[in-house]
Amino acid sequence: MALLSNFINGLGLGSIYAIIALGYTMVYGIAKMLNFAHGDVIMVGAYVSFVSIASLGTPPLLALVMAMAVCTILGVVIERLAYRPLRASASLAVLITAIGVSYLLQNAALLIWTSNTKVYPSIVSFAPLHLFDGKLTITGEMLISVLTCIVIMVGLTLFTGKTKTGKAMRAVSENRDAAELMGISVNRTIAITFAIGSALAAVAGVLFCSTYPVLNPTVGSIPGIKAFTAAVLGGIGSIPGTLVGGLLLGIIEIFGRAYISQELSNAIVFAVLIIILLVKPNGLLGKKVNEKV
Amino acid sequence: MRLWKSKTSRQNLITLAMVTVAFAVLFFLNEGKVLSRSFSGQLVPICVYIVMALSLNLTVGILGELSLGHAGFMSVGAFTGVVAVAYLQQYITSPVPLMLVAMLIGGIMAGIAGFLIGIPVLRLRGDYLAIVTLAFGEIIRNILECLYVELDGGALRFSMFGSADVGGNFIISGPQGASVPSKLSTFGLGIGLVLFALIVIMNIVHSKEGRAVKAIRDNAIAAESVGLNLTSYKMKAFVTSAILAGMAGVLFAMNYSTVEAKKFNFNTSISVLVMVVLGGMGNLRGSIIAAALLTVLPELLRGFDDYRMLIYAIVLILVMLLNANARVKQIKLACSQKLRSLFSRKEASK
Amino acid sequence: MIQKNRTKLVPLPTDILIPERDIGKQPVLDIRNLGIDFGGLTAVDSFTLAIGPTEIAGLIGPNGAGKTTIFNLLTNVYQPTRGSILLRGIDTKGMTTAQVNRLGIARTFQNIRLFGGMSVIDNVKVGLHNSIKCSFASSLLHTPGYYKAEKKARERCLELLDFMGMADMAQLRADSLPYGAQRRLEIVRALATKPAILLLDEPAAGMNPSETAELMEQIVRIRDTFQIAVMLIEHDMNLVMGVCEGIAVVNYGKIIAKGTPEQICNDPVVIEAYLGKKGAAAHAAEG
Repeated sequence: MALLSNFINGLGLGSIYAIIALGYTMVYGIAKMLNFAHGDVIMVGAYVSFVSIASLGTPPLLALVMAMAVCTILGVVIERLAYRPLRASASLAVLITAIGVSYLLQNAALLIWTSNTKVYPSIVSFAPLHLFDGKLTITGEMLISVLTCIVIMVGLTLFTGKTKTGKAMRAVSENRDAAELMGISVNRTIAITFAIGSALAAVAGVLFCSTYPVLNPTVGSIPGIKAFTAAVLGGIGSIPGTLVGGLLLGIIEIFGRAYISQELSNAIVFAVLIIILLVKPNGLLGKKVNEKV
Repeated sequence: MRLWKSKTSRQNLITLAMVTVAFAVLFFLNEGKVLSRSFSGQLVPICVYIVMALSLNLTVGILGELSLGHAGFMSVGAFTGVVAVAYLQQYITSPVPLMLVAMLIGGIMAGIAGFLIGIPVLRLRGDYLAIVTLAFGEIIRNILECLYVELDGGALRFSMFGSADVGGNFIISGPQGASVPSKLSTFGLGIGLVLFALIVIMNIVHSKEGRAVKAIRDNAIAAESVGLNLTSYKMKAFVTSAILAGMAGVLFAMNYSTVEAKKFNFNTSISVLVMVVLGGMGNLRGSIIAAALLTVLPELLRGFDDYRMLIYAIVLILVMLLNANARVKQIKLACSQKLRSLFSRKEASK
Repeated sequence: MIQKNRTKLVPLPTDILIPERDIGKQPVLDIRNLGIDFGGLTAVDSFTLAIGPTEIAGLIGPNGAGKTTIFNLLTNVYQPTRGSILLRGIDTKGMTTAQVNRLGIARTFQNIRLFGGMSVIDNVKVGLHNSIKCSFASSLLHTPGYYKAEKKARERCLELLDFMGMADMAQLRADSLPYGAQRRLEIVRALATKPAILLLDEPAAGMNPSETAELMEQIVRIRDTFQIAVMLIEHDMNLVMGVCEGIAVVNYGKIIAKGTPEQICNDPVVIEAYLGKKGAAAHAAEG
């Protein structure tokens, strides 16, 4: 029963990773850059919703909407100010800038909200499910995380497959110059990608902090890197891959914590990243990319 | 004379001379007790961060790969150095040779770590390589936080999670870190290490190995087509960088009474990266100046510490954006041309 | 005008043509039934060709025929699906690009690949890398041996640059050179690796007619001076017909014709591949 319980916890955590990983995978696929600051957008989303609930007393759903709005704007502004001027630069320059943005967000949060850890009030109000005479508990947060993840996955698959904007995204991801020549605005498409990714980051931030109710300025960085691991595991650029990668990573992490070592749980997740990159660098469901000689 | 003739050797000698003079002045000011207490306390850290920045510049500026786990190698060196000193002080009593041996061992251990990590990492490219070095940095820290080392009657005992307490003296006790037997780091040793690192890196850059590394950075496919074994040269640069970082780690650790693994976290790696970026990637002189400034500034500006990382972040972003800006490039080019013509006129008038 | 005395090609037992003067010598490249598939697509198939040790060979064909893919196969950038490549009699199967280079193939690239941030002379020195005798320890310590090796390398580089008329550009940054000079620098860098065969991928692309004429002379001079083979891909027919002794025409990844420039010029199959069926008919009507 402990096994099943861990499995379900893993699914819950994995769903959140999958939602975060979507932001990485879309930006990586379309803008061809690793948005290192994505994890910190999660943190901003969590803080905005926290302030909204704790100080303004808004209902949780409204707080979520506010967090999404703030993060969307933040994501677009970051892209416009920091990343767009570097679009023609080497990937090294872009990555260093992204690290700079990540640190900027973390330290700005540190100055605004101090380093004191805050207890995050869960946005989920219904009671946990007790099954098998209370031997197995499924919390509301777990259920909501998994459901949200499924809804987002289905929604995003439909969006990229059916809508005009979604098709534009796929076109830009395949060949930016050709897409531009076909009259697609690359700048607009990339901005939309950042907007969607950041809005999802806000959702993930709220879910993550509801499940693990601690909030501080660095709360986003480790889940961010783990979600990137999930994106790589599933195959960068693939939406179903993200789901598979996220869930697998969540389960690996919870099982590692339970059965191997609490202290080394982060090391285990990072080891997964390293192994995947060496054995199957394009991930489980990713496409192979060759450099043209 | 032969040295002076070639332009690159001349540049090297100028850099070396500049560093030597600057350090000599500081050294005598320090010996004469002219420097303020807080500033003279910064002298060893300045040397440590200069070596860190120089060695990271070898990976980032010259090899062109972003390493985000440089503090990891520093920590390997630091912890090895502490253990080496604790163990060896029964055999080597005078401090300078003891420190030199400790730095050597620390460097070698960091080099081995660099080699082991390099095997998988250097097969990757770009963003993936960066994120994996970050992962390794965290793994090293994670492991060191679980490591316990005891000195039990002249013998060393290693254990994970402190499982094998035999009642000896703990040198390293997990998250509490290492307790340093005695503060052995001196400014003189620091100067020595900086000069050593500088000479090693400059000599590599101006040798066939350095050219190979730069060629791989500029165009890996072409480098392979002229017969270069990519991994071998990447590895040489990466391991050299790790060894120097390990030696800096020893110097760093032996300057305090305790060192914790969490001192060598991602923040430290990023601080060193900021030094390299601010000084100019591939520019050794720039790294030295930036490292010295960024180590001293927080001490000089009271209350700066709260804003330190924020300012670093802004510096990173601005330097990158300005580097990519076409107008700034033009201004830079015009300035350097003007300077050059100014100098050449001076020489001509002489 | 460059080649007054046309070389006679003679058949080898395996349906391979090489220049008469290279008869009795081992071909520098002996390619048998080479083929590669990308997914379901067959990019190159049954490619059989031999190159004499001092031959200048041309590889021509319409865009997308698989010419550069063949170069990539020869330099082991891609591993072939079928067939074998014997370089100076040694099978290169499983070797890395670097190993193949050390065994004797040097190449240039269609989309120029120089070490842009380095000086012209340093680009050539990288080509010399494997022949510079200087240990890592010696490099680290800058021993007298290091200075000796560096001096020798610098002299050799200047000689090679001078050979292609580039000695005055030695200290410039490679990416600041004009297009034609960048192409020539790629050739110098390739020559520095002491190859037995030089592969040139569209060496005249982007050059004006006078540069191309100069290049033609240089290609022949390279063969004569270094006594090596040259294989080139080129769309400029003046160049191909002017310098190549043997020409292979590929289309859809297969050789459709082999022979001397005269034979290729008049081969109806070749004309059809270039001009299409209707074009070929019109050509025949005109001619």
